Amino acid sequence: MKPRRRHGAAGALIAAAAVAMAVVSIIPSAASAGRVAAGLSVPTANLPVPSSIGKGEGKLNLIAWAGYAQPEWVKPFEKQTGCQVNAKYPNTSSDMVSLMANGGGGQYDLVSASGDADLRLIYAGDVRPVNMALIPSWKQLYPFLQSPSFNTIAGKHYGVSFEFGPNVLLYNTKTFKTAPTSWSVIYSNKYKGQVTVPDNPIQIADAALYLSKSQPKLGITDPYELTQPQFNAAVALLKSEHPLIKKYWDAASQEISLFQSGTTVVGAAWPYQETTLAADKAPVASTIPKEGATGWADTWMLAAKAPDPNCAYKWMAYMSTPQIQAEDADSYGETPANTQACAIMDKIAKGSCAGYHANEPQSYFNTIKFWKTPLGTCDNGKNDCVPFQSWVTAWTQIIG
Amino acid sequence: MSTIREERPMGGMARVSAALWRRTWLRASLTLTPPLAWFLVIYIASLALMLVTAFWTVNPFTNVLEHSWTFTNFDQLFTSTYLTIIARTLEMAALVTVTDAVIALPFAYYMARVASPRGRQLLFTAVLLPLWASYLARVYAWIVILQKGGTLSWAFQQVGLGPVNIGYTNTAMWLVFSYIWLPFMIVPVYGALERIPDSLLEASGDLGARAWRTARSVIVPLALPGIIAGSIFTFSLTLGDFITPLLVGGTNSQFIGNVIYDNIGTANNLPFAATLSLVPIVIMGVYLLGARASGAFEAL
Repeated sequence: MKPRRRHGAAGALIAAAAVAMAVVSIIPSAASAGRVAAGLSVPTANLPVPSSIGKGEGKLNLIAWAGYAQPEWVKPFEKQTGCQVNAKYPNTSSDMVSLMANGGGGQYDLVSASGDADLRLIYAGDVRPVNMALIPSWKQLYPFLQSPSFNTIAGKHYGVSFEFGPNVLLYNTKTFKTAPTSWSVIYSNKYKGQVTVPDNPIQIADAALYLSKSQPKLGITDPYELTQPQFNAAVALLKSEHPLIKKYWDAASQEISLFQSGTTVVGAAWPYQETTLAADKAPVASTIPKEGATGWADTWMLAAKAPDPNCAYKWMAYMSTPQIQAEDADSYGETPANTQACAIMDKIAKGSCAGYHANEPQSYFNTIKFWKTPLGTCDNGKNDCVPFQSWVTAWTQIIG
Repeated sequence: MSTIREERPMGGMARVSAALWRRTWLRASLTLTPPLAWFLVIYIASLALMLVTAFWTVNPFTNVLEHSWTFTNFDQLFTSTYLTIIARTLEMAALVTVTDAVIALPFAYYMARVASPRGRQLLFTAVLLPLWASYLARVYAWIVILQKGGTLSWAFQQVGLGPVNIGYTNTAMWLVFSYIWLPFMIVPVYGALERIPDSLLEASGDLGARAWRTARSVIVPLALPGIIAGSIFTFSLTLGDFITPLLVGGTNSQFIGNVIYDNIGTANNLPFAATLSLVPIVIMGVYLLGARASGAFEAL
């Protein structure tokens, strides 16, 4: 908790704002403010799960990342199930969380939330447990995505893992004759003014991951659960990196043009940038250094007040099949969660399976620390971690 | 047709119309109520809401808005991180305004007083044409011009000045902003210059003033309201922008708008975003008061 000070002047302001307050009390976020149980219990943990999928309700309302509800696979789904799909595309994880407020408001059925939003949705009681027995392809998912800590709490699944990807180290092959083996290259003076990293507070976790190996004394075990001293060390490292950075990139296209023009030679990126640049014959390659990498993993989560649960279950089952996993992986540029998707990917686009690392051994995936919301509670009840809000404040200070 | 004035009982509509004609206050209030209600409900109420939100906080554990009154956000605002960002935004807004004024004054003078009617038309089209293209397209064009090995660097090398690499810097931002908002300065300055009577310039010449003296003592003072009117646009548009810093800025290039965007989009910290957005409102309030004192609004 942040220290909060009381000021005498606040009383006068309350009076002055009395009229505005009357208006405020009707806005939904204010009305639902009391619903979240602070602490560690999941409000929806004991909601019943269905034992079979019933007849479809005829419609399905999704909150999804743009690109996750393409006509190529939505049309066949509608034909098969009779569930008409409507999708809303928010821009950020926080938008997703706001749209899902109050259990999806009885309007939305599913959300394709990323790991940095999952725990927020779960602990706010906006999503409900899912019965995996009704998702046949669930057993084909990589074992590490079947019950990951970012969407499964105490054995209860709050959604089905969808696709994922690592945040790789992208480098110019003219500058680096051999692949760099450590993230230290983006913290090294040698490439001053030629480094780029994402403009995203979650980047603090990347620094923490590097520190967990380079400075074991700090005792970092999870880059998303940082105590104040560990957090300060990561922030200090990123501040020292600041003079080396050419640009904190905001969009994948921006980083692509930075590498294409040779403005930057090394940086943190997604596999999508590498495959796009490689297709343009740019001299780049990517690697996951010895410290490992962070990554994102998305999950189809079921709204607590989903009005169309049968269609929602049909969708989760459908989206987990190898065919759809492969189609999405190639069209969106990420790695499928289903182990059987690789062969189909290569049929759609030759070499794409290896391009998006869908054929790597388990040891490769073990090196990826997937995004999850940094919680003040550390997700382990110790209550001494730095919450996400402070990550954002620190990030503002870092990038200046 | 025997009578010219036809005595006819007044219909309902006619009676209403007559009543309105007699009572000007009624007519005025009926005309003004809908837009005024709109203004109060949509505009003022949302501003008031924002002001109130600035005194709340977000629970760091649950990310839920807490309606307890606090000055935490303002304490945070007055730390060096945010003061630096505010100062940078202000500095850039001022720099862009001065740059645009310096370019616009001679340009608008030529348009208003020297160019032939046909030439004037052409110049006007040239000034306004970029506004027809998307803001983003124009910013991206500048990225291509300014980036490493881009058009600018190539041109400099052609004339033997060596490569330049000013992409993703605050200099790049200054260039792009000055370009994008230039029409908003030229048009009001043109308006002000066009209104200067020829007789004043002739009188100045008759009294022995040379061109420079006339420009300094007659033209610039008379163009000043136009410059200030234009500066309101260039200043406020730069002050509120967050896309150009995102796209062409480098490190140390965050504006107030970027921090607001991050606090809403990433942190979901609406109260702090509201606190930050009060800063440009206060700055523009002061600026507009100053502009009014200088009589700029008569030139709008």
